Amino acid sequence: MVKPAPHSRPAPAPVPGVVRDTARRGAALAEKPTLETVWAWLSAIPDPEIPAISLTDLGIIRDVAWQDETLVVTITPTYSGCPATSIINLDIEMALRDHGIEKLDLKRQLSPPWTTEWMTDTGRAKLEAYGIAPPRPAGGPQHCPHCKSQAVERISQFGSTPCKAQWRCQDCLEPFDYFKCI
Amino acid sequence: MSTDPKFEFLCRMGDNALVLGHRVSEWCGVAPVLEEDIALANVALDLIGQTQLWLSLAGEVEGAERDADKLAFHRDVWDFRNVLLVEQPNGDFGQTMMRQFLFDAWHLAQLTALIDSSDKEIAAIAEKSAKEVTYHLERSSDTVIGLGDGTEESHRRMQAALDLLWPYVGEMFIGDEVDAAMVAAGIAPDPASLRAGYDQLVGDTLAAATLTKPEDDFAHKGGKSGARHSEHLGHMLTQMQWLQRAYPDATW
Repeated sequence: MVKPAPHSRPAPAPVPGVVRDTARRGAALAEKPTLETVWAWLSAIPDPEIPAISLTDLGIIRDVAWQDETLVVTITPTYSGCPATSIINLDIEMALRDHGIEKLDLKRQLSPPWTTEWMTDTGRAKLEAYGIAPPRPAGGPQHCPHCKSQAVERISQFGSTPCKAQWRCQDCLEPFDYFKCI
Repeated sequence: MSTDPKFEFLCRMGDNALVLGHRVSEWCGVAPVLEEDIALANVALDLIGQTQLWLSLAGEVEGAERDADKLAFHRDVWDFRNVLLVEQPNGDFGQTMMRQFLFDAWHLAQLTALIDSSDKEIAAIAEKSAKEVTYHLERSSDTVIGLGDGTEESHRRMQAALDLLWPYVGEMFIGDEVDAAMVAAGIAPDPASLRAGYDQLVGDTLAAATLTKPEDDFAHKGGKSGARHSEHLGHMLTQMQWLQRAYPDATW
């Protein structure tokens, strides 16, 4: 009989939202943070489906502005049916509340529609390092994000999320995600 | 139901996306290969996302406190305003892709025209959706060509799908008083004005697919006016709406 080893598994991590640093959360701010500060906070929020890049890397935050005492953040969806959209709004709200923002208005903006041209260069580099080929106007990946071979072929126009397609490297034979260019 | 032509028009746009989105989602988990399964689910997801935009706006225009969910799940067959083409059953994979192609080609032309709508909200939804639908059309036309100009078996099935679905194409181009009101307000194009471009695109694709367009242009109609849906829509709604019918207003 095998006796289960005690303490063989790490204690479960605290559930976010249940045990929180209450001292920091919601602490009233002495003065309005500058827009630069707010942008910096937003740039620390990861995309929920591709956590390697942040929301600002993705280019979906279109504007940040103060309207009197209310902070207005304008967000554009990547794809109209992307299930991450509501999570993104929730993440933004949680992060800004944690930084002491009390009056917050999240606005959705459809036009001009999101384009991968708004993705930052840092975002593109982070995607590639993560194993996802960044979008290119030419319509396909420049090379395999793993071995950099240019011999790549498309498997499917669609992939694991609405924003990606499936490709394969003909040299290292690894399949990989390509971030669709729209 | 409201008789505001703008509400009717928005329901038509939303219901086309909703009914086709639901139909395509029926493939989830049972498509011929994994990649196609994922592609179909992604197309369905785009269409359901577009539904959310169109029907939300329809609800705002109506002003009767019906949101997109209420419109999608609390209306019965006779209140749906989708064209008959999109409610036709999936059939085999070829039939699903032929239906998708015949719809995508109209959908992209319609959305492209709506980008110039006098209504800014409609123009914004169209601009967003057109990007997604461009991609849908690229895939569905490639697939129609691949299967039409494929094996003897795939060619036979694609021709059968075309023969079956062609009588549902005409309805997309037949205008009525709702369309006339939209044209007069500069909101939407005259449906008939999209026909020449459609015939050109579809003709080129079918030729590349070695498929023969049926000569008879007879068109079933009654879907977009709501006068007479085919029997298939009611059966589809029993699946799509059963939860809200059994447990009204249930939420996650």
